[in-house]
Amino acid sequence: MIDFEMPTPVSRQVQFIGMLGEQVMRPRARYYDDHEGERPVEYTSLIWQTVRAQGGRNFSADTSERLDRDGRPRPRIGYLMLAHMVEALSWGDAGMYLATPGAGLGGAAVDATGTPEQKERFLKRFGEGEPKWSAMAMTEPHAGSDTAAIRTRARLSDDGREWILDGEKIFVTSGAMAARDSAGFVVVWATLDPSAGRAAIKPFVVEAGTPGMLVTKLEHKHGIRASDTAAIIFQHCRIPRENLLGSEEISDGRSSGGKGFAGAMRTFDATRPLVAASAIGIARASLEFTITYLRQRGVTIRYDVPLHRQTAIERDLRQMEAQHRAAWLLVLRAVTAMDAGQDNALEASMSKVKAGQVATFIAQKAVELLGPEGYSCTLLLEKWMRDARINDIYEGTGQINRLIVARRLLGYSSRELR
Amino acid sequence: MISFTPGDEQQLVIDTVRRFASEQLRPLAHDADEQRSTPAEVLTRGWELGLLHNAIPEALGGIADAQAALTGALALEELAAGDVALGWHLLLPATFAVPLARAGSDAQRERWLTPLLEGGYAPLSAALIEPTWDFDPTALQTVAFADGDEYLLTGLKGYVARANDAAALLVYARVGDELAAFIVPRDSAGVTVLDREQHMGLRALPTYQVRFDGVWLPAASRLPGTIEPLLDRSRVALAASAVGVARGAYEYARAYALQREAFGRPIAQNQSIAFMLAEMAIEIDAARLLAWEAAWRLDRGLPAMREAALAAQYADEMVLMVTDRAVQILGGHGYIREYPVERWLREARGFPTFLGLAIV
Repeated sequence: MIDFEMPTPVSRQVQFIGMLGEQVMRPRARYYDDHEGERPVEYTSLIWQTVRAQGGRNFSADTSERLDRDGRPRPRIGYLMLAHMVEALSWGDAGMYLATPGAGLGGAAVDATGTPEQKERFLKRFGEGEPKWSAMAMTEPHAGSDTAAIRTRARLSDDGREWILDGEKIFVTSGAMAARDSAGFVVVWATLDPSAGRAAIKPFVVEAGTPGMLVTKLEHKHGIRASDTAAIIFQHCRIPRENLLGSEEISDGRSSGGKGFAGAMRTFDATRPLVAASAIGIARASLEFTITYLRQRGVTIRYDVPLHRQTAIERDLRQMEAQHRAAWLLVLRAVTAMDAGQDNALEASMSKVKAGQVATFIAQKAVELLGPEGYSCTLLLEKWMRDARINDIYEGTGQINRLIVARRLLGYSSRELR
Repeated sequence: MISFTPGDEQQLVIDTVRRFASEQLRPLAHDADEQRSTPAEVLTRGWELGLLHNAIPEALGGIADAQAALTGALALEELAAGDVALGWHLLLPATFAVPLARAGSDAQRERWLTPLLEGGYAPLSAALIEPTWDFDPTALQTVAFADGDEYLLTGLKGYVARANDAAALLVYARVGDELAAFIVPRDSAGVTVLDREQHMGLRALPTYQVRFDGVWLPAASRLPGTIEPLLDRSRVALAASAVGVARGAYEYARAYALQREAFGRPIAQNQSIAFMLAEMAIEIDAARLLAWEAAWRLDRGLPAMREAALAAQYADEMVLMVTDRAVQILGGHGYIREYPVERWLREARGFPTFLGLAIV
């Protein structure tokens, strides 16, 4: 039955993260925006306690079965919870959220494609000791959305005991922290045979500090500056043969049990609504701030007046509110489908398209509405506008996601609609 | 617990109304628009769906459950996906009956609601819109003054559907600072039904301007309940209907783009077309979720003025964008009246105006 009632644990979690955002993230948001490349330790140390206590699964959904009092299975809310957490953290500060230590994106790849032994070996660290990061290295200077065109090579050593990686990866989120500044790892996507296309592209785990893996650059970004974005070069980088995740066989995703390249691409169905949720968090921050700021100065929004009586600001704010809510509902639809175990590729990409666009629209409008103050660095609005912009770009640009949506709606393959 | 899946009974309503809309409404839509009339048989057949009964609580003779507004929104989307003018014509009695159920007195319900629910289709109707550019439902120019046991009603209304043959109209008017609604038998002295209006769209639904020149009404003809929430219920109905119109246009444009070839392949294989369709689908879904949430709040008895207003505003903009693009995707054919998409564009533009013409 159609219902908009939020489960209590979710509301509680949002409230808790809201406090964290207000007390720990917001007061330091400007500092880390000004000091790009510094680790936001106040946040990372604090959140690490929580992440570690959960075994390092910072952004993976709890999909375990829970029973209610009568012994019936409760509806799963793992992804619903996750989306709310990401939204609330991004409301606090999207850059810091991205710098959250834990298994993260690299861990998700291990989870999706690794053997039980590999999961144990690589993920155990996130439940103990000092903060650690993992990262996912996919994009290369000449290959962004067309991931199948990556050139980083993986070759077996002569004795067959090691993989030797050569290539260059860019735009690696938390790359420096995962590869250099903590005892984490980087999941590197490389090809066993460039002539074999997608089927030959495999994920490899490279431990932090492995000789031959070099962080060569930290990007200077428009926004989300509390999160490091690294370029990493692999020069004859030798890793154990057991660090290839999944099968060595060159085959398509279907015959390797959905764990090959195609399988990994499918994990985007899970991560896209979360990127969308992050976008919504920034949008809500901008919207709430703008409304409160204006209300304190005597500007209120009336909902019952017709168009001709609305002021220009009211008209803008009403549009911002409606867009925000619409985008968030699309995200919730995508994650509830996920929790129900349904194929949600369409809904996931729809939510990403919408939220990526809406976050930018709202943040840019907010700066406009507050005029000289909106543009000033004394407020966080201008920062949120810069932070918001990434959401229509990473984890599949708005265009790539439109392509995915369109193929689904039209019943076209990636060859028929390119 | 949050869910975006209709319940079994709601799904049954969706399926039933969808079939009716595609088999009975859509095939009539073109001629009904051209001839500016609705065949009476389709109203009779549609009445048998029992949609009005779905909107009225059991205690008042209907079969509504705890999700009446949501179910109403689902039904309106389906009707409007068939044809909005015919669909609203079919549900026109609801614009009279739902306010009585929500805000009427026992005597009013007994006099009007019971026979309506027990009988066949009857063109009872409502008069909210005033034919001026600055129409404002919160500051109506139609006014009623209390005078002893009576009210004196004066004003001009427009977009009053079936005013020519409705037995009674529910007339919205201002009493002092209050929004009020009165049951006005059409043959009351001082009620003049003017010429039929001509509009860009919604042509199958005959509407009229109606003048009230000092109409004396017994005090008991005023609805005792609060009237503002009825506007929220209408906004939700409009939002849901806009979703239906947009969906009809999107589906038509999608099918066209898949079969129409240019340069040796379907035009849907061009990103410029495919992306338009993707965005149309996203916006339709977004508007639908907003409408559902507002309806859900109405059903829960939660404040819904903001949600209903935002859902309606969003849907107004969405339906114009979607139908406009449908016309574009069909190219020259989109501009020809033989195809339905130009009609949908004509109807879409009216949604910011249509307050009061449908209700959940």
